[in-house]
Amino acid sequence: MSLVMEARSLGKQYGRHWALRDCTLAIPEGKVVGLVGPNGAGKTTLLHLAVGLVVPTSGSIGVLGASPASGPAQLGRVGFVAQDTPVYARLSVAQHLRMGAWLNPGWDMGLAQSRIEQLDLDPRQRAGTLSGGQRAQLALTLAIAKRPACLVLDEPVASLDPLARREFLRSLMEIVATQRISVVLSSHLIADLERVCDYLVVLVASRVQIAGDTGDLLASHQRLSGPRRDAGSLPASQEVIEESHTDRQSTFLVRTSDPVHDPAWTVRPVTLDDLVIAYMSRSVAAPRHDDRPQLKVMS
Amino acid sequence: MIEFQLDTASGVATYLQLVQQVHQALQLGLLKPGDQLPTAQQVVARLAINPNTVLKAYRDLEREGLVRARPGQGTFITRSLPRIDPAAQSRFLGSMTDWLRSARAAGLGPDDIEAIYRTAFRNCFAEGVA
Repeated sequence: MSLVMEARSLGKQYGRHWALRDCTLAIPEGKVVGLVGPNGAGKTTLLHLAVGLVVPTSGSIGVLGASPASGPAQLGRVGFVAQDTPVYARLSVAQHLRMGAWLNPGWDMGLAQSRIEQLDLDPRQRAGTLSGGQRAQLALTLAIAKRPACLVLDEPVASLDPLARREFLRSLMEIVATQRISVVLSSHLIADLERVCDYLVVLVASRVQIAGDTGDLLASHQRLSGPRRDAGSLPASQEVIEESHTDRQSTFLVRTSDPVHDPAWTVRPVTLDDLVIAYMSRSVAAPRHDDRPQLKVMS
Repeated sequence: MIEFQLDTASGVATYLQLVQQVHQALQLGLLKPGDQLPTAQQVVARLAINPNTVLKAYRDLEREGLVRARPGQGTFITRSLPRIDPAAQSRFLGSMTDWLRSARAAGLGPDDIEAIYRTAFRNCFAEGVA
Protein backbone atom coordinates (compact mmCIF):
# COMPACT_ATOMS: atom_id res chain seq x y z
CA MET A 1 0.00 0.00 0.00
CA SER A 2 1.46 3.40 -0.85
CA LEU A 3 1.54 6.08 1.76
CA VAL A 4 0.40 9.67 1.47
CA MET A 5 2.51 10.64 4.46
CA GLU A 6 5.28 8.84 6.25
CA ALA A 7 7.12 10.41 9.17
CA ARG A 8 9.94 8.82 11.11
CA SER A 9 10.97 10.32 14.45
CA LEU A 10 10.15 13.66 12.89
CA GLY A 11 10.93 16.73 14.99
CA LYS A 12 11.04 20.50 14.57
CA GLN A 13 12.73 22.81 17.02
CA TYR A 14 12.30 26.58 17.16
CA GLY A 15 14.99 28.02 19.42
CA ARG A 16 14.87 25.93 22.56
CA HIS A 17 11.34 24.73 22.00
CA TRP A 18 10.21 21.64 20.19
CA ALA A 19 7.09 22.41 18.15
CA LEU A 20 6.90 18.75 17.12
CA ARG A 21 8.75 15.77 18.56
CA ASP A 22 9.29 12.15 17.82
CA CYS A 23 6.45 12.02 15.32
CA THR A 24 6.10 8.68 13.55
CA LEU A 25 3.21 8.18 11.15
CA ALA A 26 2.35 5.96 8.19
CA ILE A 27 -0.85 7.15 6.55
CA PRO A 28 -2.20 5.22 3.54
CA GLU A 29 -3.11 7.04 0.33
CA GLY A 30 -6.70 7.89 -0.51
CA LYS A 31 -7.70 8.85 3.01
CA VAL A 32 -9.21 12.03 4.32
CA VAL A 33 -7.00 12.60 7.32
CA GLY A 34 -8.08 14.77 10.24
CA LEU A 35 -5.33 16.31 12.31
CA VAL A 36 -6.78 17.35 15.63
CA GLY A 37 -5.40 18.91 18.79
CA PRO A 38 -5.46 22.08 20.85
CA ASN A 39 -3.93 25.33 19.65
CA GLY A 40 -0.16 25.19 19.77
CA ALA A 41 -0.07 21.39 19.65
CA GLY A 42 2.11 21.35 16.55
CA LYS A 43 -0.56 20.84 13.85
CA THR A 44 0.60 23.72 11.67
CA THR A 45 4.24 22.70 12.12
CA LEU A 46 3.47 19.16 10.91
CA LEU A 47 1.57 20.50 7.87
CA HIS A 48 4.34 22.98 7.06
CA LEU A 49 6.86 20.12 7.24
CA ALA A 50 4.63 18.08 4.90
CA VAL A 51 4.55 20.78 2.22
CA GLY A 52 8.20 21.75 2.65
CA LEU A 53 7.70 25.24 4.07
CA VAL A 54 9.98 24.28 6.97
CA VAL A 55 12.64 21.59 7.18
CA PRO A 56 12.88 18.99 9.98
CA THR A 57 15.32 19.44 12.86
CA SER A 58 15.38 15.68 13.31
CA GLY A 59 13.95 12.61 11.61
CA SER A 60 12.38 12.57 8.17
CA ILE A 61 9.08 13.05 6.37
CA GLY A 62 7.91 11.80 3.00
CA VAL A 63 4.76 12.80 1.14
CA LEU A 64 3.58 10.50 -1.67
CA GLY A 65 6.91 8.76 -1.40
CA ALA A 66 9.11 11.82 -1.95
CA SER A 67 10.73 14.50 0.12
CA PRO A 68 8.51 17.62 0.49
CA ALA A 69 9.17 20.40 -2.05
CA SER A 70 12.08 18.38 -3.46
CA GLY A 71 11.44 19.59 -7.00
CA PRO A 72 8.86 20.94 -9.46
CA ALA A 73 7.18 17.54 -9.82
CA GLN A 74 6.68 17.16 -6.09
CA LEU A 75 5.42 20.76 -5.76
CA GLY A 76 2.82 19.99 -8.43
CA ARG A 77 1.59 16.88 -6.63
CA VAL A 78 0.81 18.63 -3.35
CA GLY A 79 -1.79 21.39 -3.01
CA PHE A 80 -1.70 23.54 0.10
CA VAL A 81 -4.19 25.97 1.63
CA ALA A 82 -2.65 27.85 4.54
CA GLN A 83 -4.48 28.91 7.68
CA ASP A 84 -7.21 31.54 7.12
CA THR A 85 -7.26 30.67 3.40
CA PRO A 86 -5.17 33.64 2.23
CA VAL A 87 -5.82 35.25 -1.17
CA TYR A 88 -4.56 38.47 -2.75
CA ALA A 89 -7.07 41.13 -1.71
CA ARG A 90 -6.40 43.48 -4.65
CA LEU A 91 -6.54 40.82 -7.36
CA SER A 92 -9.81 39.78 -8.95
CA VAL A 93 -11.07 36.20 -8.99
CA ALA A 94 -10.12 35.90 -12.70
CA GLN A 95 -6.64 37.27 -12.00
CA HIS A 96 -6.17 34.62 -9.33
CA LEU A 97 -6.95 31.94 -11.90
CA ARG A 98 -4.55 33.47 -14.45
CA MET A 99 -1.85 33.58 -11.80
CA GLY A 100 -2.55 29.93 -11.00
CA ALA A 101 -2.19 29.03 -14.69
CA TRP A 102 1.08 30.94 -14.92
CA LEU A 103 2.61 29.39 -11.78
CA ASN A 104 1.48 25.76 -12.18
CA PRO A 105 2.48 23.55 -15.14
CA GLY A 106 -0.41 21.13 -14.62
CA TRP A 107 -3.08 23.85 -14.26
CA ASP A 108 -6.59 22.80 -15.25
CA MET A 109 -8.31 26.05 -16.28
CA GLY A 110 -11.54 24.24 -17.22
CA LEU A 111 -11.85 22.83 -13.71
CA ALA A 112 -11.06 26.19 -12.10
CA GLN A 113 -13.59 28.08 -14.24
CA SER A 114 -16.37 25.56 -13.80
CA ARG A 115 -15.91 25.68 -10.03
CA ILE A 116 -16.02 29.49 -10.01
CA GLU A 117 -19.20 29.29 -12.07
CA GLN A 118 -20.74 26.65 -9.77
CA LEU A 119 -19.94 28.82 -6.75
CA ASP A 120 -21.60 31.75 -8.48
CA LEU A 121 -18.56 34.00 -8.04
CA ASP A 122 -18.13 37.06 -10.25
CA PRO A 123 -14.74 36.66 -12.00
CA ARG A 124 -14.25 40.46 -11.94
CA GLN A 125 -14.75 40.80 -8.19
CA ARG A 126 -11.69 41.62 -6.11
CA ALA A 127 -10.81 38.88 -3.64
CA GLY A 128 -10.68 41.41 -0.80
CA THR A 129 -14.42 41.98 -1.07
CA LEU A 130 -15.39 38.29 -1.00
CA SER A 131 -17.07 36.80 2.07
CA GLY A 132 -15.05 34.45 4.27
CA GLY A 133 -16.78 31.43 2.77
CA GLN A 134 -16.20 32.62 -0.82
CA ARG A 135 -12.55 33.37 -0.07
CA ALA A 136 -12.08 29.86 1.32
CA GLN A 137 -13.74 28.40 -1.80
CA LEU A 138 -11.45 30.48 -4.04
CA ALA A 139 -8.38 29.24 -2.16
CA LEU A 140 -9.65 25.65 -2.48
CA THR A 141 -10.20 26.17 -6.22
CA LEU A 142 -6.61 27.40 -6.67
CA ALA A 143 -5.29 24.41 -4.72
CA ILE A 144 -7.20 21.76 -6.70
CA ALA A 145 -6.91 23.29 -10.18
CA LYS A 146 -3.23 22.39 -10.14
CA ARG A 147 -4.47 18.78 -10.01
CA PRO A 148 -2.55 17.62 -6.96
CA ALA A 149 -2.56 14.04 -5.69
CA CYS A 150 -2.58 15.29 -2.12
CA LEU A 151 -4.31 18.32 -0.67
CA VAL A 152 -3.11 19.82 2.61
CA LEU A 153 -5.43 22.25 4.42
CA ASP A 154 -4.59 24.08 7.63
CA GLU A 155 -7.75 24.88 9.65
CA PRO A 156 -9.74 25.56 6.46
CA VAL A 157 -13.11 26.06 8.16
CA ALA A 158 -12.14 27.52 11.54
CA SER A 159 -13.21 31.08 10.72
CA LEU A 160 -16.33 30.20 8.70
CA ASP A 161 -19.96 30.35 9.83
CA PRO A 162 -21.79 26.98 10.01
CA LEU A 163 -23.39 27.30 6.57
CA ALA A 164 -20.15 28.30 4.80
CA ARG A 165 -18.39 25.52 6.69
CA ARG A 166 -20.86 22.91 5.48
CA GLU A 167 -20.63 24.25 1.90
CA PHE A 168 -16.85 24.11 2.01
CA LEU A 169 -16.76 20.54 3.33
CA ARG A 170 -19.34 19.54 0.74
CA SER A 171 -17.11 20.92 -2.03
CA LEU A 172 -14.13 19.17 -0.55
CA MET A 173 -15.93 15.82 -0.35
CA GLU A 174 -17.18 16.16 -3.94
CA ILE A 175 -13.57 16.65 -5.01
CA VAL A 176 -12.58 13.52 -3.09
CA ALA A 177 -15.44 11.60 -4.74
CA THR A 178 -14.56 12.65 -8.29
CA GLN A 179 -10.75 12.77 -8.21
CA ARG A 180 -8.33 10.31 -6.75
CA ILE A 181 -6.92 12.54 -4.09
CA SER A 182 -5.73 12.27 -0.49
CA VAL A 183 -6.59 15.05 1.92
CA VAL A 184 -4.88 16.06 5.15
CA LEU A 185 -6.71 18.75 7.09
CA SER A 186 -6.34 20.16 10.57
CA SER A 187 -9.27 21.29 12.67
CA HIS A 188 -10.45 21.42 16.22
CA LEU A 189 -14.07 21.01 15.22
CA ILE A 190 -14.49 17.33 15.93
CA ALA A 191 -18.07 17.18 14.65
CA ASP A 192 -16.85 18.26 11.21
CA LEU A 193 -14.00 15.78 11.27
CA GLU A 194 -16.40 13.00 12.21
CA ARG A 195 -18.34 13.57 9.00
CA VAL A 196 -15.50 13.87 6.58
CA CYS A 197 -12.43 12.07 7.94
CA ASP A 198 -11.69 8.37 7.78
CA TYR A 199 -8.29 8.67 9.45
CA LEU A 200 -7.47 10.61 12.56
CA VAL A 201 -4.25 11.90 14.10
CA VAL A 202 -4.47 13.37 17.61
CA LEU A 203 -1.61 15.72 18.33
CA VAL A 204 -1.14 17.21 21.79
CA ALA A 205 1.81 19.14 23.21
CA SER A 206 4.06 18.45 20.20
CA ARG A 207 3.47 14.70 20.22
CA VAL A 208 1.22 12.28 18.37
CA GLN A 209 -1.06 10.70 20.98
CA ILE A 210 -2.84 8.30 18.66
CA ALA A 211 -3.34 7.81 14.93
CA GLY A 212 -5.46 5.41 12.93
CA ASP A 213 -8.55 4.65 10.87
CA THR A 214 -11.52 6.32 12.59
CA GLY A 215 -13.57 3.11 12.39
CA ASP A 216 -10.78 1.07 13.99
CA LEU A 217 -10.19 3.70 16.65
CA LEU A 218 -13.87 3.76 17.62
CA ALA A 219 -14.08 -0.04 17.63
CA SER A 220 -11.00 -0.45 19.80
CA HIS A 221 -12.11 1.91 22.58
CA GLN A 222 -14.89 1.33 25.13
CA ARG A 223 -16.28 3.17 28.09
CA LEU A 224 -16.71 0.91 31.14
CA SER A 225 -18.61 1.85 34.25
CA GLY A 226 -19.33 -0.18 37.35
CA PRO A 227 -18.49 -0.61 41.03
CA ARG A 228 -15.38 1.21 42.19
CA ARG A 229 -12.06 -0.45 41.42
CA ASP A 230 -8.48 0.48 40.68
CA ALA A 231 -7.11 0.85 37.18
CA GLY A 232 -4.43 -1.66 38.22
CA SER A 233 -7.05 -4.39 38.59
CA LEU A 234 -8.03 -4.27 34.92
CA PRO A 235 -6.62 -6.93 32.59
CA ALA A 236 -3.35 -6.03 30.90
CA SER A 237 -5.09 -6.06 27.51
CA GLN A 238 -7.13 -3.00 28.54
CA GLU A 239 -5.08 0.16 28.40
CA VAL A 240 -6.67 2.90 30.51
CA ILE A 241 -6.87 6.19 28.63
CA GLU A 242 -9.11 8.05 31.04
CA GLU A 243 -10.55 7.21 34.46
CA SER A 244 -12.81 8.87 36.96
CA HIS A 245 -14.04 7.65 40.34
CA THR A 246 -16.63 8.44 42.96
CA ASP A 247 -16.62 6.68 46.32
CA ARG A 248 -18.67 3.84 44.84
CA GLN A 249 -18.33 3.96 41.10
CA SER A 250 -15.52 3.88 38.56
CA THR A 251 -15.61 4.86 34.91
CA PHE A 252 -12.82 4.03 32.50
CA LEU A 253 -12.20 4.73 28.86
CA VAL A 254 -10.03 1.84 27.74
CA ARG A 255 -8.29 0.81 24.58
CA THR A 256 -8.63 -2.89 23.91
CA SER A 257 -8.88 -5.17 20.94
CA ASP A 258 -10.75 -7.87 22.90
CA PRO A 259 -14.44 -7.77 23.75
CA VAL A 260 -15.14 -6.91 27.41
CA HIS A 261 -16.96 -9.79 29.12
CA ASP A 262 -16.71 -8.80 32.81
CA PRO A 263 -20.41 -8.72 33.88
CA ALA A 264 -19.67 -6.05 36.51
CA TRP A 265 -19.18 -3.47 33.76
CA THR A 266 -21.71 -1.56 31.77
CA VAL A 267 -19.95 -1.24 28.40
CA ARG A 268 -20.70 1.68 26.13
CA PRO A 269 -19.23 2.61 22.77
CA VAL A 270 -17.29 5.87 22.58
CA THR A 271 -17.82 8.76 20.20
CA LEU A 272 -14.99 10.44 18.34
CA ASP A 273 -15.51 13.41 20.64
CA ASP A 274 -15.00 11.24 23.77
CA LEU A 275 -11.93 9.69 22.26
CA VAL A 276 -10.21 12.93 21.28
CA ILE A 277 -11.00 14.60 24.61
CA ALA A 278 -9.71 11.56 26.53
CA TYR A 279 -6.38 11.58 24.71
CA MET A 280 -6.10 15.34 25.11
CA SER A 281 -6.74 15.23 28.86
CA ARG A 282 -4.45 12.26 29.34
CA SER A 283 -1.46 14.03 27.90
CA VAL A 284 -2.10 17.05 30.10
CA ALA A 285 -2.66 14.99 33.26
CA ALA A 286 0.18 12.53 32.85
CA PRO A 287 3.18 13.84 30.94
CA ARG A 288 5.20 10.88 29.84
CA HIS A 289 8.41 12.80 29.22
CA ASP A 290 9.96 15.17 31.72
CA ASP A 291 11.81 17.14 29.10
CA ARG A 292 8.61 18.07 27.32
CA PRO A 293 8.04 21.81 27.12
CA GLN A 294 4.77 22.72 28.79
CA LEU A 295 2.67 25.68 27.65
CA LYS A 296 5.56 27.09 25.70
CA VAL A 297 5.04 25.28 22.44
CA MET A 298 5.06 27.39 19.31
CA SER A 299 2.91 26.41 16.39
CA MET B 1 -34.44 7.18 -5.78
CA ILE B 2 -34.17 7.61 -2.05
CA GLU B 3 -32.49 10.42 -0.15
CA PHE B 4 -30.29 9.61 2.84
CA GLN B 5 -30.55 11.50 6.12
CA LEU B 6 -27.90 11.72 8.78
CA ASP B 7 -28.54 11.73 12.51
CA THR B 8 -25.28 12.93 14.03
CA ALA B 9 -26.59 12.66 17.59
CA SER B 10 -27.53 8.97 17.29
CA GLY B 11 -24.02 7.65 17.93
CA VAL B 12 -24.58 5.13 15.11
CA ALA B 13 -21.70 5.02 12.62
CA THR B 14 -22.50 6.94 9.46
CA TYR B 15 -22.08 3.98 7.07
CA LEU B 16 -24.40 1.93 9.30
CA GLN B 17 -27.05 4.65 9.16
CA LEU B 18 -26.94 4.45 5.36
CA VAL B 19 -27.23 0.64 5.44
CA GLN B 20 -30.16 0.81 7.86
CA GLN B 21 -31.96 3.38 5.72
CA VAL B 22 -31.73 1.09 2.68
CA HIS B 23 -33.09 -1.79 4.79
CA GLN B 24 -35.97 0.34 5.97
CA ALA B 25 -36.74 1.59 2.48
CA LEU B 26 -36.83 -2.03 1.27
CA GLN B 27 -39.11 -3.10 4.10
CA LEU B 28 -41.44 -0.21 3.45
CA GLY B 29 -41.47 -0.92 -0.27
CA LEU B 30 -39.89 2.44 -1.12
CA LEU B 31 -37.12 0.57 -2.94
CA LYS B 32 -37.68 -2.36 -5.28
CA PRO B 33 -35.35 -4.60 -7.28
CA GLY B 34 -33.97 -2.66 -10.25
CA ASP B 35 -34.05 0.70 -8.45
CA GLN B 36 -30.84 2.68 -8.39
CA LEU B 37 -29.22 4.03 -5.23
CA PRO B 38 -27.80 7.55 -5.30
CA THR B 39 -24.18 7.66 -6.48
CA ALA B 40 -21.47 8.31 -3.90
CA GLN B 41 -21.04 11.75 -5.40
CA GLN B 42 -24.73 12.56 -5.01
CA VAL B 43 -24.75 11.44 -1.38
CA VAL B 44 -21.58 13.39 -0.66
CA ALA B 45 -22.96 16.52 -2.31
CA ARG B 46 -26.01 16.32 -0.07
CA LEU B 47 -24.59 15.25 3.27
CA ALA B 48 -20.98 16.51 3.13
CA ILE B 49 -19.64 13.14 4.27
CA ASN B 50 -16.59 11.17 3.18
CA PRO B 51 -17.29 9.28 -0.09
CA ASN B 52 -15.46 6.23 1.31
CA THR B 53 -18.22 6.01 3.93
CA VAL B 54 -20.85 5.70 1.19
CA LEU B 55 -18.80 3.10 -0.67
CA LYS B 56 -18.36 1.14 2.55
CA ALA B 57 -22.13 1.12 3.12
CA TYR B 58 -22.73 -0.04 -0.48
CA ARG B 59 -20.09 -2.77 -0.13
CA ASP B 60 -21.89 -4.03 3.00
CA LEU B 61 -25.20 -4.08 1.15
CA GLU B 62 -23.56 -5.91 -1.72
CA ARG B 63 -22.17 -8.54 0.65
CA GLU B 64 -25.69 -9.03 2.00
CA GLY B 65 -26.80 -9.64 -1.58
CA LEU B 66 -29.22 -6.71 -1.56
CA VAL B 67 -27.52 -4.54 -4.18
CA ARG B 68 -25.13 -4.88 -7.06
CA ALA B 69 -22.65 -2.35 -8.38
CA ARG B 70 -22.59 -2.11 -12.15
CA PRO B 71 -19.33 -0.45 -13.18
CA GLY B 72 -19.88 2.91 -14.82
CA GLN B 73 -23.62 2.83 -14.17
CA GLY B 74 -24.22 2.81 -10.44
CA THR B 75 -25.52 0.63 -7.64
CA PHE B 76 -28.83 -1.17 -8.08
CA ILE B 77 -31.21 -3.05 -5.82
CA THR B 78 -31.27 -6.76 -6.62
CA ARG B 79 -33.53 -8.21 -3.96
CA SER B 80 -36.43 -7.11 -1.81
CA LEU B 81 -36.82 -7.63 1.90
CA PRO B 82 -39.96 -9.13 3.41
CA ARG B 83 -42.28 -6.31 4.34
CA ILE B 84 -43.29 -6.09 7.96
CA ASP B 85 -46.85 -7.27 8.38
CA PRO B 86 -48.87 -4.25 9.60
CA ALA B 87 -51.23 -6.50 11.58
CA ALA B 88 -48.32 -8.08 13.47
CA GLN B 89 -46.86 -4.65 14.09
CA SER B 90 -50.03 -3.33 15.68
CA ARG B 91 -50.50 -6.55 17.69
CA PHE B 92 -47.05 -6.16 19.26
CA LEU B 93 -47.58 -2.46 19.84
CA GLY B 94 -50.76 -3.37 21.74
CA SER B 95 -49.15 -6.01 23.93
CA MET B 96 -46.16 -3.75 24.62
CA THR B 97 -48.49 -0.95 25.71
CA ASP B 98 -50.37 -3.32 28.04
CA TRP B 99 -47.07 -4.45 29.51
CA LEU B 100 -45.93 -0.85 30.07
CA ARG B 101 -49.22 0.03 31.79
CA SER B 102 -48.91 -2.92 34.17
CA ALA B 103 -45.26 -2.05 34.94
CA ARG B 104 -46.29 1.50 35.73
CA ALA B 105 -49.15 0.30 37.91
CA ALA B 106 -46.60 -1.81 39.82
CA GLY B 107 -44.77 1.42 40.70
CA LEU B 108 -41.88 1.27 38.19
CA GLY B 109 -40.61 4.57 36.79
CA PRO B 110 -39.45 5.30 33.22
CA ASP B 111 -35.78 4.57 34.07
CA ASP B 112 -36.60 1.21 35.70
CA ILE B 113 -38.72 0.23 32.74
CA GLU B 114 -36.04 1.22 30.29
CA ALA B 115 -33.41 -0.77 32.23
CA ILE B 116 -35.63 -3.87 32.12
CA TYR B 117 -36.30 -3.38 28.42
CA ARG B 118 -32.59 -2.99 27.65
CA THR B 119 -31.63 -6.10 29.62
CA ALA B 120 -34.38 -8.18 28.02
CA PHE B 121 -33.48 -6.84 24.57
CA ARG B 122 -29.82 -7.67 25.08
CA ASN B 123 -30.55 -11.16 26.41
CA CYS B 124 -32.94 -11.91 23.58
CA PHE B 125 -30.54 -10.86 20.82
CA ALA B 126 -27.58 -12.52 22.55
CA GLU B 127 -29.55 -15.81 22.37
CA GLY B 128 -29.94 -15.27 18.66
CA VAL B 129 -26.17 -14.92 18.21
CA ALA B 130 -25.13 -17.83 20.39
